[in-house]
Amino acid sequence: MLTDLTIAQAAEGLRKKEFSAVELTKAHTDAVEALNGRVNAYITVTPDKALEAAKKADSTLSAGEAPALTGIPLGIKDLFCTNGVRTTAASKIIGNFVPPYESTVTAKLLENGAIFLGKTNLDEFAMGSGNLTSAFGSVENPWHRKDDASVLVPGGSSGGSAAAVAAHMAMGATGTDTGGSIRQPAAYCGIVGLKPTYGRCSRWGTIAFASSLDQAGPMTRTVEDAAIMLTAMAGHDPKDSTCADVAVPDYRAACGRSLKGLRVGIPQEYDSPLMATEKGNDILAAWKKGAKILEEAGCEIIDVFLPHTRYALATYYIIAPAECSSNLARYDGVRFGKRAEGATSLDDLYEKTRHNGFGEEVRRRILMGTYVLSAGYYDAYYLKAQKVRTLIQRDFTQAFQKVDVLLTPTAPTAAFARDEKPEDPVQMYLNDIFTVPASMAGQPAMSVPVALDDKGLPLGLQLIGKHFDEETIIAVGSALEKAAGFTARPDLRAGVSA
Amino acid sequence: MSYTIEGNTGTWEIVVGLEVHAQVISKSKLFSGASTLFGGEPNSHVSLIDAGFPGMLPVINQACVEQAVRTGLGLKARINLESRFDRKNYFYADLPTGYQISQFEHPIIGTGVVQIELSDGSTRDIGITRLHLEQDAGKLMHDQDPKRSFVDLNRAGVALMEIVSEPDIRSPEEAGAYVRKLRQILRYLGTCDGNMEEGSMRADVNVSVRKSASEPFRTRCEIKNVNSIRFVMQAIEIEAARQIEIWESGGEVDQETRLFDPHKGETRSLRSKEDAHDYRYFPDPDLLPLVVEQAWVDELERGLPELPDDKRDRFIKQYGIPRYDASVLVAEQAIADYYEEVAKGRDARLAANWVTGDLFGALNRTGRSIQDSPISAQALGGMLDLMADKTINGKIAKEVFEDMLETGDSAADIVERKGLKQVTDTGAIDAAVADVLARNADKVEEYRGGKDRLFGFFVGQVMKAMAGKANPAIVNEALKKVL
Repeated sequence: MLTDLTIAQAAEGLRKKEFSAVELTKAHTDAVEALNGRVNAYITVTPDKALEAAKKADSTLSAGEAPALTGIPLGIKDLFCTNGVRTTAASKIIGNFVPPYESTVTAKLLENGAIFLGKTNLDEFAMGSGNLTSAFGSVENPWHRKDDASVLVPGGSSGGSAAAVAAHMAMGATGTDTGGSIRQPAAYCGIVGLKPTYGRCSRWGTIAFASSLDQAGPMTRTVEDAAIMLTAMAGHDPKDSTCADVAVPDYRAACGRSLKGLRVGIPQEYDSPLMATEKGNDILAAWKKGAKILEEAGCEIIDVFLPHTRYALATYYIIAPAECSSNLARYDGVRFGKRAEGATSLDDLYEKTRHNGFGEEVRRRILMGTYVLSAGYYDAYYLKAQKVRTLIQRDFTQAFQKVDVLLTPTAPTAAFARDEKPEDPVQMYLNDIFTVPASMAGQPAMSVPVALDDKGLPLGLQLIGKHFDEETIIAVGSALEKAAGFTARPDLRAGVSA
Repeated sequence: MSYTIEGNTGTWEIVVGLEVHAQVISKSKLFSGASTLFGGEPNSHVSLIDAGFPGMLPVINQACVEQAVRTGLGLKARINLESRFDRKNYFYADLPTGYQISQFEHPIIGTGVVQIELSDGSTRDIGITRLHLEQDAGKLMHDQDPKRSFVDLNRAGVALMEIVSEPDIRSPEEAGAYVRKLRQILRYLGTCDGNMEEGSMRADVNVSVRKSASEPFRTRCEIKNVNSIRFVMQAIEIEAARQIEIWESGGEVDQETRLFDPHKGETRSLRSKEDAHDYRYFPDPDLLPLVVEQAWVDELERGLPELPDDKRDRFIKQYGIPRYDASVLVAEQAIADYYEEVAKGRDARLAANWVTGDLFGALNRTGRSIQDSPISAQALGGMLDLMADKTINGKIAKEVFEDMLETGDSAADIVERKGLKQVTDTGAIDAAVADVLARNADKVEEYRGGKDRLFGFFVGQVMKAMAGKANPAIVNEALKKVL
């Protein structure tokens, strides 16, 4: 089936004229139509636009010299502003906002020939780890436990993108990662998710959650596909002052590179009760398996220490809400989005609009962020958190003097069921415990599926690299992927259980 | 001379510090490419960044940084090679993003100094605490609709320099002199047009009072957004009187933000300390620290124009003119340039007298600025040349000047047209002298009898007889000889 192909395979097939871009796109728009009612991976679908673009892709392909992603159908997280296509951030407050501009990342993908199938679901404003806070309904993880029909969460916040890619409702998708929003859903859905170095991809035109952490990245079914997509997405953008002017290599070339002599660090702190994993559980076994694979591939496995790891989550839940409380101030109902009716004053307008427009989790984080920045609390919370963040960054700098890449679990557990959602938000935040430290330090990191747990759910391992050294994590990731031989597919996917 | 206010319980001193907001002269806004032009249709100079659209990011405008650094250099201030932008968070309809990007902890410019001149000829140094860059807000329009308010974002995001003084100011006069001097420096540098009427310069005035200079500062009030130098001075006087009355009646001045109402001649409370906003400042994560190179700062310094104090001192030295005249002539760059053009190669003191006297008088009368003076510097210089070569005397010059003002003709043409050329022919002058003395034999007797002051009478009569065109030196000489 065309929907079973990887991006690399499809790109080759298109060039060999084995099928057309229109056929490839049609296969995907059909899959979306068949599955989205249940999976709810997309908030907005644009099949007509996609097919129109596919026709153009076919003529580009006939003319030769087509860029890498020509004719490849992708899902776009609904946090990227797309010109003329409604962009919601999965929030009621933005309402039917149709941006008159295209985010830099999606513009680059379009220039590279990609075809957009629609806008994928997410936690409201990317705040969440289970895709349970979307104003457009939850996403169903295409995977299910053996002999158990419970609906599982796809992870979050890029849960729609992860589910779409896992269910073959897109060949790849964009995600954004603030504290794990690409990597954790990738792990939950058995796909590859790559969060690049902070500053690798432009943030311009992407709706902000926490500016010092937000980073766009690819979500795909293979490491090679992630490399292909990242090559198209990355690069300097003068419109984003935090976007680095660092040359973009051909990341795909890093796939299959020899790992001989590469030093792989195993952070000791990641194996502890604090990290919400239980001794002897499957994720720890998968981690050991991963280390063994890399050792056999010629890597040197070295224990490293990241002593401030235990403070990362707490620090993250100060800094990210602080930034979000400010970033989300612009949603006031004045210039765009939904404005509350019947306001009696300006303050009343703000209160009504924002109370009705934001969901509970977003409101919680705005309140937390407002609190930690307030006079009298700033020093104790925000400033302290910034200092701890510096220490966390130093941990990584020091570790990377000894090793080239770190190997850790991506999440403490496999996907949990929607009705197992913890009541305590802090329990929910623990899902990000392995992914947050790399975010705090701006390191590139990737989740690669390596195994299934005893219930048949996918587990991912995380590779964390040096700043702007995505090539090494891609090289290691592709070796890990190959040796792990992860070929399992979810029961709910295109052409299987429509 | 120190300024004090007599209260019922004794003498009070006032303590004033100013925060001046000066709109930076730049083509585009501080963080967006939108135009800064004043007076466009509402919302015609607004980018998506200014309007706070989702996903929009600020990018610093290098030209605004350059203007801030040049201003810092003009204020003899420390240039901070690394500074930072912070977000000042508050909700208001004229603030689309819900935060103003400003510099809180690490401003681009540190301490500096402005020297002011007072009416008694003394000077004082007023310390500058800091200068930082920040965005202006938009404008609310309440007069367009009976029920609704409208928002114009043309000004939103325009760069402002907030220039904060030390609490060094001790009188309304000093405050006025400070704002005038600051405006003069900014105009020389071309970093702010200083138009307070258009709002491109406005001041927040911090006022407190105390019994003596040795007493610590008492609670201050901040008077927001005062938009003329006269109002700054009035507001200080009125606010100081209010505070003295409170202290003297046993009360306590509350720290608060107040508004000055020039119509009622009072200041009114805007918000108390308890209602003060908590701005939740934090470093803007969308912007990297602002780093400038010393070499670039040096280059900007080399490109600075001569500033008013230096120019004044040079005028005194180079042209031998009094300090007061020099200060008047350097008030504006254009006046100074005009003067230098007139004085070049001529009697510089005479040039100063004509510019500050007749020319300023004429400009005042006709409500014109030096830029659209009906008499160009070259034309005035031409007239001075005719005086220097004795073609005309001072008296005729006044007549020629008035004619130039009216017709725009050159002095030479006017002299030619009107036949005003000075008579230096001693024969004609001698004849006129003889005639005057013959007709006033009685006065001649009196003069010879010791009434010296009649000499002037004879000079006047001779000049009159010669229609003012006689060379006064020759007339004097001829009279002395005969008398």
